[in-house]
Order: sequence, then structure tokens, then C-alpha cells
Amino acid sequence: MISLVIAERCTGCQVCVRVCPTNVFDAVRGGPPVIARQQDCQTCFLCELYCQPDALYVDPDCETPAAVSAEEVERSGQRGSYRRDSGWDEWAGDPRYANEHWRMDQIFARARALS
Amino acid sequence: MPNTRISTAPPTAGLPAVPIAELPAIAADVLVIGGGLSGTWAALAAAQAGARVVLADKGYCGASGVAATSGPGHWWVPPDPEARAEAIRQRMAIAGGIADPAWMERILDITWTTLPTIADVYDFSTDETGTVQYRGLRGPEYLRAMRRKIHRLGVRILDQSPALELLAESGGGIVGARGLRRQRGEAWTVRAGAVILATGGCAFKSRLLGSHTNTGDGHLMAAEAGVDFSGMEFSTYHTVAPAHSTMTRSMSFAFATYYDAEGREIAVPPGDTTRTLARAMLEGPVLCNLHRMPADIRERLRRVQPNMMLPFDRSGGGIDPFTRRFPVLLRPEGTIRGSGGIRLADDDCGTAADGLFVVGDAATREPVAGAVSGGGAILAAWALSSGVIAGRAAAARAARQGRRADTPARPLGQAGLRPARHAASVDPRAVTAAVQAEMLPYDKTIFRRGPALARSLSRLDGVWSDLRDHLDGEGAATAGETVQARESAALTAVARWCTRAALVRPESRGMHLRVDAPASHPALARRLTVGGLDRLWSRFEGPAPQPLDNPATPQAGAA
Repeated sequence: MISLVIAERCTGCQVCVRVCPTNVFDAVRGGPPVIARQQDCQTCFLCELYCQPDALYVDPDCETPAAVSAEEVERSGQRGSYRRDSGWDEWAGDPRYANEHWRMDQIFARARALS
Repeated sequence: MPNTRISTAPPTAGLPAVPIAELPAIAADVLVIGGGLSGTWAALAAAQAGARVVLADKGYCGASGVAATSGPGHWWVPPDPEARAEAIRQRMAIAGGIADPAWMERILDITWTTLPTIADVYDFSTDETGTVQYRGLRGPEYLRAMRRKIHRLGVRILDQSPALELLAESGGGIVGARGLRRQRGEAWTVRAGAVILATGGCAFKSRLLGSHTNTGDGHLMAAEAGVDFSGMEFSTYHTVAPAHSTMTRSMSFAFATYYDAEGREIAVPPGDTTRTLARAMLEGPVLCNLHRMPADIRERLRRVQPNMMLPFDRSGGGIDPFTRRFPVLLRPEGTIRGSGGIRLADDDCGTAADGLFVVGDAATREPVAGAVSGGGAILAAWALSSGVIAGRAAAARAARQGRRADTPARPLGQAGLRPARHAASVDPRAVTAAVQAEMLPYDKTIFRRGPALARSLSRLDGVWSDLRDHLDGEGAATAGETVQARESAALTAVARWCTRAALVRPESRGMHLRVDAPASHPALARRLTVGGLDRLWSRFEGPAPQPLDNPATPQAGAA
């Protein structure tokens, strides 16, 4: 569930307000948006992909809101990890984060062969 | 100047009414409701056919829908007649006798020829041999590309704009829809020569990844236009996920080993994962680990599916799912990776309502999947192909008949929007919880029994009559509450059609398991239509049923 809008990192672009499929944020003029409807979050992590300054953190627990601080997220190394691993924006072209989704069929085939 | 309608708050809301500004009607040839995979393909095909297209999405076209969070790997067979025939033969063999090989052939062909046409907006990968890999796409990138593609073609996209109801002319033909721009307190109206429903399936807010907005809104709108449903009993597919998470990415679980609470390994017969795990979960916690996944796949897992590891990486300082055991559950998919949905009336993805088309998971997928799940591959090919078919047909219809923007039209929305009797306090959250209590427990849906289904239907009928009589979505204090009220009505309606269908199919077939009738009857290898709002009805299609005195042997669990 969406847990944090990290104010020091947020540029106030409001893109998360626009892209959230379940409309959890409310825009704030000239400032970071607020998480107005946390319980509506569908824990899809897509807001993180669209947040270039990596100012959002979605906790994987979709049932209970997590009490997590910006410092803890920073220490965990998870801030922006999904956008980086997806190879979006400045990570595009970095071979460490290449899109290998096309291997999915081979992987399923190997699982069948193992069973 | 837009007119301003002052909403009246229900007496219990205690909040000031917010004025909703009615925007001037937008005229279009084709209106697409829903901006996921099938909706964007429909918009693209209609625009390429020369239609002026408006697409309205409840959330954001690009992030909405179950494909945007996953990785569609399309059903992909080269145009070699023997290879195609073999692929179709394999699917027909498990489809429970209700699929249609001609439809399968059609979507294989459309998918093969159409998917590469988005290479200008999607960066298809090449393998080690330099061959372009078209089949499998990453969801967020795919939908972002589809948005770019339709935007370039001039499709007008209305984001954060849930549709509330269809508009019909006096003869019953559908001539548009009306909804809200929920972040602006405005109401939109689109008048169009044809309307395409691309609102997805319905998983009853089970927390299946990406499915929270798939509340059956299109199903309810279609029913209000007199349209019925097919295959709603095939709504019991489930997907494994780490407990407390939405991460229903099944690939890694192909390597899973499961354990009961005592640490004993659970033997999973091939093809019967869901029922085996569900039985174990009804007894107690089920744990899992992925130690069987080879090291090279572990190493590249984040490059294949970047979201798969998020629940592990972000829990308790990091969990290693390859060495440690973690609790899992099954997320119900309802009609999403089920196969039931709005009944198709013709080969153009038209419905029984004139001017109304349906695509993707909102439609029945029985022609291409039958009584089993089409899985990601067939459902992606279906989303694309049904979008192309309906988009072209809707554009042709609009070109023939015009936009009919000046034809007098009436709004069709009823339950959840306009109470049949007096407005009174009905809490949409309580409605949703009551629906979930019948549609999410494994013992009610995976292991169905006649008496329990009858009790569920009776409870759901009670929920429906209460909300139909009293729930005043239009009078709610905020746009968000109006949408929530309408969603709760749609969830209830879909639950009733699924439960009715499950009750009146007195046998087991494909994913539909009746514990009290485990055999499949040859005479019931037919599609089952359900319909109705206040009074439900159902009928088996096709030739008259044969006597049921010679039941076949039980089918293996093919789901």
C-alpha cells in the first residue's frame, strides 16, 4: 500500500495524481501531493515507475498500512528500485536493467521440464 | 457555460453537497469505455479506420487494468497451417466442448499480423540470435506504448473519468455514455455512433494485482441496455501470491514447492494446483519456497519481471524466497482469468444492444478458451483481437449511421445511481463486504455445492434489492462516493450472475467444480446464458438437452 510521499524529493509535478489507477492522491498546488485515500491503493507500484525523482514508496503489504519512515526506506535501498529494475528513464540502455521479459516462455518450459 | 447541478446529499451523509458541473456533450464516432489492453487496441483500430474516437478510463490509460501490471505473452503461432491446427486442437481438447475453433484461428491470425505494428512505440527485444521477440511484452511499457500510439492518432483520452451509465435513443440503440471526471467535480457526456465496452472482468476486489478498478461496471451498464451474459459459472480461476501481497505473478511459482503448517510437503498433481492448494489452505497455513528455481533464472528474475521480487525485497529487511519458506494464498480472479462475460451477438463483437460492442475480459471468452481459463496468452491475444474486430466494426457502423449526436437520448443507469424507491442509508463498503463474503471464500467458489450456492444467491438478492431501492449514488456528496456506490451495485450484479450460473449448471466442467455433481454431462456441453437485473433468468443454448441418465466420467481438473 502506498506509504510515503517523500517531501524533500518531490518536485510537485503531480504525475502520481494523474496516473494512479485508483485515485489515491490529492494534488496540492506547488507542493507534494497528499495520500488522501490510502485504503483505495491497489498496491500495483505503478506510481513509482512514473515518479522520476523516486519520491514515492509503496509497501508490499496490500492489507495493512505500513509504518515506515523515509530514513528506513533509504537505508533499505528500495527507494526507486522498481523504476531502476524496470530500466525506465535514466536507466534505459543500462544492460544491468535490460528488458528480458521475452524469456518468460523459456522459463516456463524449463519449469515443466524440471517437474 | 456548463450547467451546474446541485447534488443533494443523502440524509445520513452529513456533508455539504458539492456542485457537479455538467460539461457540454462531446461528439464522437466511437466511444471506448476502459483504457486497458483491449480498450486501447479497440481505440487504435477505430482511429485507423478513420473514426473520431474518445476513450474514457476510470483511472489512467496506461496504468489501468490487469495487463498494465503484468506481462502479457500473447498466444503466438506462426501462420503455418499445420502449426495453427495443432495449437487449436490442443486447446479444443481441454475447452469442455464449448469453444469455437474458427474464433481461435481468427485471433491467432489477427494477433500475429497486428502485434508487430506497434514497433514504432514499443521497444521489442531481440534474442541472442538477433530474432525480434514479439510475443511477450512488459505490461507497464506495453500500455504506455498503446497510449502513445492512440494519442498520436488523435484519440481523445479522458483519464480519471469513470463511466456511470449508457445513453439510449428511443429505439433502444446505444448512442453514448455519461460519467464523472472524478478529480474535477465535473460530469462528462459523450455522444457517439457506437460504444465499445472495455471495462475488464471482475475479481470482486480480491486484491489480485491490478484488478481493483475492475468492478463489473460495464457488465451492469450492458445489462441495463438489455444485454445478457454467457459462461459466468467459469469464474473460479485463482492465482498464487505471497500472503498479504498482490503479486500474482505466476511464472516463478512454476518452480514452487508447497508445505503445510507441520512442514510436510504438499503433493501437487499436475494441472490441479488450485484445488490442491485451496484444500490445504482451508485446513491451515500453506508455505512455499522457490528453491527449485535454477540459479541463472534467479539471477535474471528482476530483468524478466521487475515487480515479482518486490514483496520479498521490501519485507522485514528482505526475504530470500529461494531458501526460506514464506506464506502464500490464492487470489480469486473472478471473471478476469475466468472465461465468462458479456455475451457476443455476432462475429463483430457486437452485443444484443444495437450500437454496443464488447471487448477483452468484459466479453465472454468461451469462443477462444471454453470452460477453462485462457491463461495470459489466449486472453492477451483475445484482448488485442477483439479490440481490433470491434474497433473496425464500430467505426464502420458510425460511418454508416452517423454520430446521432442530436437524437434524443435517455440515461439508463439505475441501481446504485438512482434508487428505485426512496433514498436511504446504504453503505457501499458494507455492500462490497457482503458480496465478497459470498464470492471470495475458497469453499464457496472453488468447491461449489448446490445448497450453498442457493444460500449465497438468496443473500446477494437481498443485498441487491436493498441497494436498488435505496442507494442514491447520484445524490452522494462527492464524485468519489457516487463512483463507489455504482461500483458496489455492479459488484453485486456480477456476483448474482456468477452464482446463478454456477447454481443452474448441475455438473462439473472445466474450472466449474460442483462437489455435489462432479461428473460432466455430454448433454450440457453447451453455453449457459444468464441475464436480468431484478429477476434473474438463465437458459442453456444450442440443441435441446439430452436425457441426463448417462453421465460421463468425471473430468480431470483442467483449471
